[in-house]
Amino acid sequence: MREHGADLAEGLYQVWDTAKWFVSSEGHRIDQRIRECGGGISATSIGDGETQRRSYPSYRGQYGTTGWELVESLDLAAHAARIAEESRALLTAPECPAGETDLILGGEQLALQIHESVGHAIELDRILGWEAAFAGTSWLDLAQLGSLRYGSELMNVTIDPTIPGALGSFGFDDEGSPAVRRDAVREGRWVGVLAGRDSAAVAGLDHGGSVRADGWARLPMVRMTNVGLEPGPHTLDEIVAATDDGVLMDLNRSWSIDDKRLNFQFGCEIGWEVKKGRRGRMLRNPTYTGIGPLFWRSMDMLSSETVAWGTPNCGKGQPGQVGHTGHPAAPARFRDVRVGVRA
Amino acid sequence: MTELDVAGQVVELVRRLAGPDAQAEVAVTRHDLALTRFANSFIHQNVAESGVSLRLRLHVDGRTAAGGGSLVDADGLRALVERTVAAARLCPPDPAWPGLTPPTAVRSSGILDEDTAYSEPDARADRVRAFVDAVGGLEAAGYCRTSYRSGAFANSAGHTAQGRTTEAAMDGIARAGGADGVARLCADRLADLDGAALGARAAGKARAAADPVELRPGRYEVVLEPAAVADLLQNFSWYGFNGKRYAERQSFAEPGAAQFDPSVTLVDDPLHGSALPYDLEGTARRALTLVEAGVTRAVAHDRRSGAEVGGGSTGHGMVGASTFGPIPRNLRLLAPTGTGGPFDGGADATPGAVADRDTAALVAGVRRGLLVSDFWYTRVLDPKSLVITGLTRNGVWLVEDGVPTRAVRDFRFTESYPRALAPGAVLGLGRRPVRQPDRLDGVWWEAPPLRLAAWNFTGGASG
Repeated sequence: MREHGADLAEGLYQVWDTAKWFVSSEGHRIDQRIRECGGGISATSIGDGETQRRSYPSYRGQYGTTGWELVESLDLAAHAARIAEESRALLTAPECPAGETDLILGGEQLALQIHESVGHAIELDRILGWEAAFAGTSWLDLAQLGSLRYGSELMNVTIDPTIPGALGSFGFDDEGSPAVRRDAVREGRWVGVLAGRDSAAVAGLDHGGSVRADGWARLPMVRMTNVGLEPGPHTLDEIVAATDDGVLMDLNRSWSIDDKRLNFQFGCEIGWEVKKGRRGRMLRNPTYTGIGPLFWRSMDMLSSETVAWGTPNCGKGQPGQVGHTGHPAAPARFRDVRVGVRA
Repeated sequence: MTELDVAGQVVELVRRLAGPDAQAEVAVTRHDLALTRFANSFIHQNVAESGVSLRLRLHVDGRTAAGGGSLVDADGLRALVERTVAAARLCPPDPAWPGLTPPTAVRSSGILDEDTAYSEPDARADRVRAFVDAVGGLEAAGYCRTSYRSGAFANSAGHTAQGRTTEAAMDGIARAGGADGVARLCADRLADLDGAALGARAAGKARAAADPVELRPGRYEVVLEPAAVADLLQNFSWYGFNGKRYAERQSFAEPGAAQFDPSVTLVDDPLHGSALPYDLEGTARRALTLVEAGVTRAVAHDRRSGAEVGGGSTGHGMVGASTFGPIPRNLRLLAPTGTGGPFDGGADATPGAVADRDTAALVAGVRRGLLVSDFWYTRVLDPKSLVITGLTRNGVWLVEDGVPTRAVRDFRFTESYPRALAPGAVLGLGRRPVRQPDRLDGVWWEAPPLRLAAWNFTGGASG
């Protein structure tokens, strides 16, 4: 990467091998072994007043409930020169323009958008106020479960810990509930929550199955499993071709969302101008901001090119716990989004 | 068997298994952490854990590896050494290995309070009850936490160190409809945490935050309360005063340059509060002045990053430093000298938007601006310019002619933190610093309230 312009070259590989027994006085005798693996590379170029980073396949890498074959499949070395050159080129690329425009997000960025503005918002412990002082609450009101319009009709979000190889997959959760696929959002309507046995009982719901702890000494709590978007009918190329004036952004660089999971701002590593159906100039420091349900209601094109992205660093709880979650996502387009926020 | 005995055994095992030329350093820490958590005004979680962690780093045949474990019996120690030696054999050569800390004097103990170290759940629950009672019918949520660390360090150069320390913290909100008020405090002793005083402060602020209006985003003069200032200190530490990032030219810090307002003096001062008296490499911890009267003086180093810039360690060796860099984690923004003592958690004014005289004095000078209690979910857009986005939380008020006149809905901001504290940008500091707990015990940020000429709010609650 240094030969191709990067000042810093970094690689990261992480593996977890967890053997877990769950035994209860109700008769559970559950033995699970979950192996998780993943990694990635990044290149950073340093200018006078700022830095620019490019990563592959995502910042801090891609992860799954897999073995080393996942890392091999990424073919990291083949992408090293490209990301190094892009990180250098970004230092002199034009700034992402400020204003409202059509926004096309790559799948990796959309995965984090789902994580932050859907996954955490539908956690029942947050909705019930159990996390109010720290992680926060949720803008969702249980009285609207089944009726609230969360997003456009293209928005179908599932809670699915059964996806083979995805990072949020398991056989049973840490209350002994079997992994079951459920809907969270169906054709844009909010229909499901992430819950445990206790929170579901308090809320008068009849399911749990999404409770996990990050170790034997910590309390299990409501956690995302694989929370992701079902595929749409398009391809990224078709979405770009259908866009007259917009910005394409990909790979997360920063993320921030309020304690009710409404007001978000994300920064991406790279952007491209989209004019008259073509991808144009590279743009540096692309950011976008919005309000969750308004943003999701503006989604009008969704790709079929789904990847189950893994997020191995989801923080929650006191004392703090780190969760591993999965997010199937594909590129999508959102209309009239505010972009180019800067200091 | 003491922690020092265990550390010595591991050093000896390395000598036997990897040979007399192997260099090894071992830190053994017993950590007791207890936390009582409440929400919807009742305790919904009480946890306590006690464990021992071992960190071994060794350098053998020019290669370096580190390992960790929690088993201190003979088999556990041997397995730790064997797998770390095996890992070192697989690592690439490490020509930048900085060597071991030589034998040096280390203060024998940090701040220790036996009552805190061995406190019972009832003591935490009593403070929760006092907090809940004090909010006067509002909903309350938060935690009360105690921690105790006893540790030792040994290396194959003959250096040893040991120490014990305690910490207590309470962090709670009161909720009035959709408005929250916060009070949090980190102390050396559980006895220094007054749940009633903290609850009254949070409740007063929550009530004052009711019925907020939405203001247009833009640049506003601000008074930041200590909880919000703590976020500035944390991000300065992670991204600015981090020796690895400095060596990589990813930090804004320029030692010798007047980068801050002359009223700003920042000191990393671990022994001022809860901390073991040595770092992960056995270097004695001491106060390190990072900014003196606005002039950047230093960044934090472990042995490796210090060697890279031709200096030495400043006592900031820590787990993860090879990845994230050495980070000062006990930062103090010093109040003007010759002023009042540290904040004790209690209110010294009628609780409301302004809950203490210190903040009131700063607010009184604001013609039109905002009083901000807390920041939330701050993330870095660019590490070198330290442009950060985040949100306000737990109360914002419009200040007009020195008086808070309206509660305001939360803002999103996008701001360069060094720019916000640049020369001429600081209009005042409070006189009484308040120590704020971090998510991790042993990490804290101490600051008085701060008045700044401008803060860049880039979005409102509606987007």
